[in-house]
Amino acid sequence: MAPSQDRSQGRTGGVGPVGAPAATTFTGNKALQIEEPLIFEMGQPGRCGVDLPDPLQEGPPKVKDRLNGLRRSGEIGLPGLSEPQVVQHYTRLSQKNYAIDMGVYPLGSCTMKHNPRINEKVARLAGIGDLHPLQPVSTVQGALALIDALAHWLKTLTGMPAVAMSPAAGAHGEMCGMMAIAAALEAKGQRAARKIVLAPESAHGTNPATAAALGFTVKPIPANERGRVDLAALKAALGPDVAAIMLTNPNTCGLFESEIIEISKAVHEAGAYFYCDGANFNAIVGRVRPGDLGVDCMHINLHKTFSTPHGGGGPGAGPVVLSEALAPYAPYPWIVRNGDQWTVAEDGAKVDGQPLGRLKAFHGQMGMFTRALAYIMSHGADGLKQAAEDAVLSANYVMASLKDVMTPSFEGPCMHEALFDDGFLKDTGISTLDFAKAMIDEGYHPMTMYFPLVVHGALLIEPTESQAREDLDLFIATLRSLAERAKSGSAAEEFKAAPRYAPRRRLDETLAARKPVLRWRPSNVFKQAAE
Amino acid sequence: MRYLPLTDADRREMLAKIGARSIDELFRDVPQAARLGGKIAGLPDHAGELEVERAFQAYAAKNVSPGSAPFFIGAGAYRHHVPATVDYLIQRGEFLTSYTPYQPEITQGTLQYLFEFQTQVTLLTGMEVANASMYDGSTGAAEAVLMANRVTRRHKALISGGLHPQYRSIIETTAKWEGYRAVVGRPDVDGLEDLIAAIDKETSCVVVQNPSFFGHVRDFGKLAEACHAAGALMIVVVTEVVSLGLIRPPGDMGADIVVCEGQSLGNGLGFGGPYVGLFATREKYMRQMPGRLCGETVDADGKRGFVLTLSTREQHIRREKATSNICTNAGLCALAFTVHLALLGEAGFRRLAELNHARASRLADKVASVPGVQLMNDSFFNEFTVRLPKPAAPVVEALAARRILGGLPVSRLLPDDRSAANLLLLAATETATDAGMDTLVAGLKEVL
Repeated sequence: MAPSQDRSQGRTGGVGPVGAPAATTFTGNKALQIEEPLIFEMGQPGRCGVDLPDPLQEGPPKVKDRLNGLRRSGEIGLPGLSEPQVVQHYTRLSQKNYAIDMGVYPLGSCTMKHNPRINEKVARLAGIGDLHPLQPVSTVQGALALIDALAHWLKTLTGMPAVAMSPAAGAHGEMCGMMAIAAALEAKGQRAARKIVLAPESAHGTNPATAAALGFTVKPIPANERGRVDLAALKAALGPDVAAIMLTNPNTCGLFESEIIEISKAVHEAGAYFYCDGANFNAIVGRVRPGDLGVDCMHINLHKTFSTPHGGGGPGAGPVVLSEALAPYAPYPWIVRNGDQWTVAEDGAKVDGQPLGRLKAFHGQMGMFTRALAYIMSHGADGLKQAAEDAVLSANYVMASLKDVMTPSFEGPCMHEALFDDGFLKDTGISTLDFAKAMIDEGYHPMTMYFPLVVHGALLIEPTESQAREDLDLFIATLRSLAERAKSGSAAEEFKAAPRYAPRRRLDETLAARKPVLRWRPSNVFKQAAE
Repeated sequence: MRYLPLTDADRREMLAKIGARSIDELFRDVPQAARLGGKIAGLPDHAGELEVERAFQAYAAKNVSPGSAPFFIGAGAYRHHVPATVDYLIQRGEFLTSYTPYQPEITQGTLQYLFEFQTQVTLLTGMEVANASMYDGSTGAAEAVLMANRVTRRHKALISGGLHPQYRSIIETTAKWEGYRAVVGRPDVDGLEDLIAAIDKETSCVVVQNPSFFGHVRDFGKLAEACHAAGALMIVVVTEVVSLGLIRPPGDMGADIVVCEGQSLGNGLGFGGPYVGLFATREKYMRQMPGRLCGETVDADGKRGFVLTLSTREQHIRREKATSNICTNAGLCALAFTVHLALLGEAGFRRLAELNHARASRLADKVASVPGVQLMNDSFFNEFTVRLPKPAAPVVEALAARRILGGLPVSRLLPDDRSAANLLLLAATETATDAGMDTLVAGLKEVL
């Protein structure tokens, strides 16, 4: 047994080895793939990665402490590591990750585009990255102007009159937008009567989760055979009990809702509001303004369309643009400009309108605002439009290049992502999951799998505008090769065993959920608990 | 444009492969009425890196950097020294430009640090399980109340007057729109609030903060007992996570849910975000938690590995029945937290906490010596409240004019509370120097 496995907290056994045993090394390492313990298995008392002055160097204080007798006793249990150990540990961990910086990352609906480093640099400038959110406003005029500049871009690009900047992520923005709708209904005395929110079956899971959290009942709207909202079904569902529709456009099948203007007209005629999920805004920046489609509010994922780094799952930022009808309900805080002076309207400020409250401490995800504004200024109006067009072009190129070996779910053209179902894998014994895992061995991060739910075994590919033609060609050739091998009828075992060359082979997710181990403990404690 | 690899020749050939004559053909599903002809008016065209950097330097120049002035502001965001190693490691592209670890075989780096993060959070808070982070402490506090409502099936939350006013405001906002009652105590300036009498059979939870917004350090053991006797949960909020190096953890006081703002470790002030929320609870409530969870498992070769787990709580599986609508977490900020805490370790973290307390004690002694200034706290960690002989807001402005960032006038966050007008909240971390403190004291003597 390799040394690394001795630390496995009793979790050996599991599903057991599959296939021929891999060549082993003494360390368990495979060249650049280093088996790395947890920091809790590495520490030594007496080691420390920082040098701090002795708190008592100024002599003993007048009183021992002012902690109301609540001094912490006993060990916390944190491991002691030196600085080089910490650097090596996290560098080794980083080498177990796929990333945009390494190549095509075609996760549909996630918009994994290039993350420019100038954005990181400007976010860390002294006078931007180190400001306290509650400094006197006279000392942060530049920061407030920066937020206002980004707000101007977002309003202009979407054709909307107002924006709430504070939501921390897309789902948080959804919450903000739907609260604004609830507030508008309340102001009209209709909140109790309008309890239904319509959402297509293809919606992101956050849409129904948000609506339900606010006490709305979610009613699904079917799609037509073209992958769009069934307008007749929508009209039939609209009535005096409907609060809003939540619609992603372009939708999660990668298609533009071609009847969007009829949809918004029908929604408004029924007295309801139009929430647009802006996750896919990257496809249409500079070519379509959501405000021209009759949208009442839309969140913008700055980490998708405007390239703030995804960071392993966050942080994000989800500003929400609002129509005239919803602007009065925007939450605190917002930036107020008076000539060349900026102030912040915070809780309790006497303002027009009826702010719905507050969603987040301070002013929102400033670090993301800075990066997004740097991205936007770098592209400019011309570059943003070109980026949207290149994203759509690349997705259609992938679609056109694969349509004879894989199964596109709908007739083209698509927008920024190409949706396939698992029809091409029928009778091969190979699933969407197996196909995706085989891509890992070929050096690619898989596409989004099994979403949207409206097609069987979905494979959703979003190449973005960031990939060179030759890299797209190699990606396409790889998928063609995999599809042909899958269909050869003799490759099921090979696909089922994938990935074979990744830092880990398939992980037992059932075991993880059945006996959850969510933290490290000294192994003897763990073994008792597990048995 | 430097970020766009396709050449005009590429674009022509790709259109030919697609069978489209122009890019416009790919946008043919857009209704005619919504198609934009030319460029959107009023926006500039692309800019080079040098121009962009200059523009941001111009923004920065209009601000007063905390590093350039004596600095004593806290109130939920704290200025600490972050080792250079932290920022170097989190900028590795493999961390920075990766996404949610949906494919665990090629994201073990992210998953392992999240597992380390979760373990660190349980150790600091004295709790049994923790999630893989929330947006920040303030949103985490509101999620904790929603979780307590789910666990107890009750709909009335008691909110301490010692809770950060903006946190309180977020809870009130979710209460209003998500349909529960939030009963809020008066601002607890003296730290003498007693919430026990207010607990009844409808109470789902009591939300307290330690140290409180005003800086008081409290023992909530008796409150926890009263909560549990009434079938309610105790939620403890910590906005200064470094305090847990010195103060008895909420888990030892009987907390059921602990929410911390983790910004102090690894993450700069950043004008308020992005930060990182820590969320911990008892094992029995694990399946009611919001947010992502990372768990240990084995791979097909029997090797230890990590995956996202218990996702049947989450929106992408459960949709309208999910425990929360949250999708994104604060992954990279959690990494910064974890790396900083790994560098500190047991000895470093405790010493950092001692140092903060010593610095703040020194500041309290110095400021209390200014005529007319009254220290409101018997106990505090690295932040305390003083009452000034006149309104604090103009005093802070006058100090700012002398290039001193001299604390937070409490009235900024409690504008409707007249009794808060003269209160000033002051914080001192390991970054506060004696010279800076003396400058503040001299400034106060001038403007008071």
